[in-house]
Amino acid sequence: MALSKIWVLAEATDGKVTTSTLELLTKARSLADTVEAIYSGGDADAIAGQLGEYGASKVYTTGDLAGALPGVPVSGAIAALVDGGNAPDAIIAATSYYGRDIAGRLSVKLDRTVITNNTDIEVDGSSLVTTEPVFGGTTDVKTTFTAAGPHLVLVRPKSFVAESAGGSAAAVETIAVPDGGKSAGAKVITRHVEEREGPSLDEAAVVVSGGRGLGEQEKYALIEELAKLLNAAPGASRAIVDAGWVPYSYQVGQTGKVVKPTVYIAAGISGATQHMVGMKGSKNIIAINKDAEAPIFAVSDLGIVGDVHKVLPQLIEALKAR
Amino acid sequence: MNVVVCVKQIPDPADPGALDPTTKTLKRDGKLILDESDSYGVEMALQLVTTAGGGEVTLVSMAPNGEVSGLRTALAMGAAKAILVSDDALAGSDALATAKVLAKAIQRVEGADLVLTATESSDGYTGTVPEQIAGLLDLPSVTFAKSISVEGSTIKIQRQTEAGYDDVECPLPAVVSVTAGVVEPRYPSFKGIMAAKSKPVDTLTVADLGLDASQVGWAGAGQQIVSIAEAPAREAGEVFEDDGTAAEKIVAFLDDLKVL
Ligand SMILES: Cc1cc2nc3c(=O)[nH]c(=O)nc-3n(C[C@H](O)[C@H](O)[C@H](O)COP(=O)(O)OP(=O)(O)OC[C@H]3O[C@@H](n4cnc5c(N)ncnc54)[C@H](O)[C@@H]3O)c2cc1C
Ligand SMILES: Cc1cc2nc3c(=O)[nH]c(=O)nc-3n(C[C@H](O)[C@H](O)[C@H](O)COP(=O)(O)OP(=O)(O)OC[C@H]3O[C@@H](n4cnc5c(N)ncnc54)[C@H](O)[C@@H]3O)c2cc1C
Repeated sequence: MALSKIWVLAEATDGKVTTSTLELLTKARSLADTVEAIYSGGDADAIAGQLGEYGASKVYTTGDLAGALPGVPVSGAIAALVDGGNAPDAIIAATSYYGRDIAGRLSVKLDRTVITNNTDIEVDGSSLVTTEPVFGGTTDVKTTFTAAGPHLVLVRPKSFVAESAGGSAAAVETIAVPDGGKSAGAKVITRHVEEREGPSLDEAAVVVSGGRGLGEQEKYALIEELAKLLNAAPGASRAIVDAGWVPYSYQVGQTGKVVKPTVYIAAGISGATQHMVGMKGSKNIIAINKDAEAPIFAVSDLGIVGDVHKVLPQLIEALKAR
Repeated sequence: MNVVVCVKQIPDPADPGALDPTTKTLKRDGKLILDESDSYGVEMALQLVTTAGGGEVTLVSMAPNGEVSGLRTALAMGAAKAILVSDDALAGSDALATAKVLAKAIQRVEGADLVLTATESSDGYTGTVPEQIAGLLDLPSVTFAKSISVEGSTIKIQRQTEAGYDDVECPLPAVVSVTAGVVEPRYPSFKGIMAAKSKPVDTLTVADLGLDASQVGWAGAGQQIVSIAEAPAREAGEVFEDDGTAAEKIVAFLDDLKVL
């Protein structure tokens, strides 16, 4: 039996709906009769076509937030809609900065728990059963809600495959943002975008990531050169992001990006559980590590026990020679 | 400047433990330690107090069995005092119940200008507790802070984003979550470790906080685990010792996949 209505928190950048939003809309369609989106940008009209194509019949928009961080205003607007007698069975969002902030605030406003970090959702009567991988993905925990809805669910990106439903544009309805009172006031003054070269981590067919085994920041150039030759996105473990070798936007893993490319190459990465949850879904994994006992070899299809300072330059030469 | 830092005490991640098959929660019977993710908040708080030239850092933690090991570590770094909430009724608490407890404990700290947390804990990592605390206290909040500076009654924050970072301003008092790795947490000195032993730790129960036991623990949890199963494992493929032909092998592998 399907639920009657699900709301999806939609995210978009530069007029393009994010892949994780399209994944959630696709899944929501299979769980509920009606799927609607909640959005907080000034360009709802521009994205209504994409949202509708993937199954949203309507998009409620707060309009542009004028720099306010989304947690307070968007959760306030959603809570007002729910209080207005328009409650859905579930509200789902991506495990993103945006989704987490809004879900946290909303859980207080609605006094509802949030089940986070999920990779699957099933309907069970009027409730939902969610699947959350724990211990680096070695164990799947299924959880259900014991209280009444709306159920709040956060889902990891790349858990579902986005498929168009061929729907027509979603109807756009503007919703009011209640005064945030004492809790309002956090405001973005300037945005800084760190430019990346080549394809994005989300979309690339090949991802080449480097870790602490590279030894020093300058050696990350090997990863970049290899990535360029393979038309791949360069990535990183958290160890070298924390060390300041590359920006955070390169990080793969639990607190970074989830990637599922055709090929993932891990060079000098040990394979900590928090790294593995971000790349274990890759179709093929190549690992280069000098330690034969490194956990990364347990998930790799091709493992090379060797020195990255020898293997990477040889690989670069071999590819250049082709 | 008075700063409250929420610090979680967790099982040693080097020994990640297991889910208890009957209670379906993480086993927390061994000694707990300071979550490394919280050491950054503690360090940042100490630096803010030093820069302000006055005030102190108060720790707030919820943990079973009166656990203080992790608190002592943070007290040894330089925090002045701690509030620990420990009560059997808290077992099984979800993130929202945890936030309700922490919010009540934070309200007991007089004159708190700023509340710091990590962006997510190392063991439960829901990442929702900071915003939940802020919501319960009706305070503004900024998540994923890389740096914080204070200017009068406003804080300026560099907030990490998925594409780079934002400069954010926020009025005080506020709740801010701090990303890992942004400051170098100090090692407790011998003097600090000795001093920590006599710093005050106020241990409270759910009733002390004026919370109803039905709102927390198993009783208050809005969720229930229905099954725990081993995930389908990925099969390991071939592993070669590099004998000078590694590059060749990788090229052949990529060729087969038609990604070249
Ligand atoms: C809450 C939390 C969230 C986290 N989130 C993430 C996340 O999102 N992403 C992430 O990656 N990590 C994350 N981590 C950190 C994670 O636990 C590991 O610390 C990190 O992934 C280790 O990075 P690494 O593999 O580069 O470094 P290390 O673990 O130090 O491994 C380096 C590897 O390089 C090998 N090596 C050394 N020299 C050479 C050489 N010359 N040639 C070949 N190999 C060599 C070594 O054998 C070793 O296996 C998180 C941790 C916590 C607590
Ligand atoms: C594998 C696993 C999955 C879980 N999934 C869910 C879920 O989906 N939904 C849910 O509601 N609960 C879940 N829980 C329970 C949840 O982890 C606990 O309720 C926990 O007490 C608080 O959540 P957190 O550690 O995830 O908080 P986070 O939001 O990740 O913590 C952020 C920060 O808040 C502060 N903080 C959090 N807890 C404390 C504390 N006890 N004392 C002091 N400071 C603290 C710390 O600074 C921490 O770094 C899960 C637990 C486990 C072990």
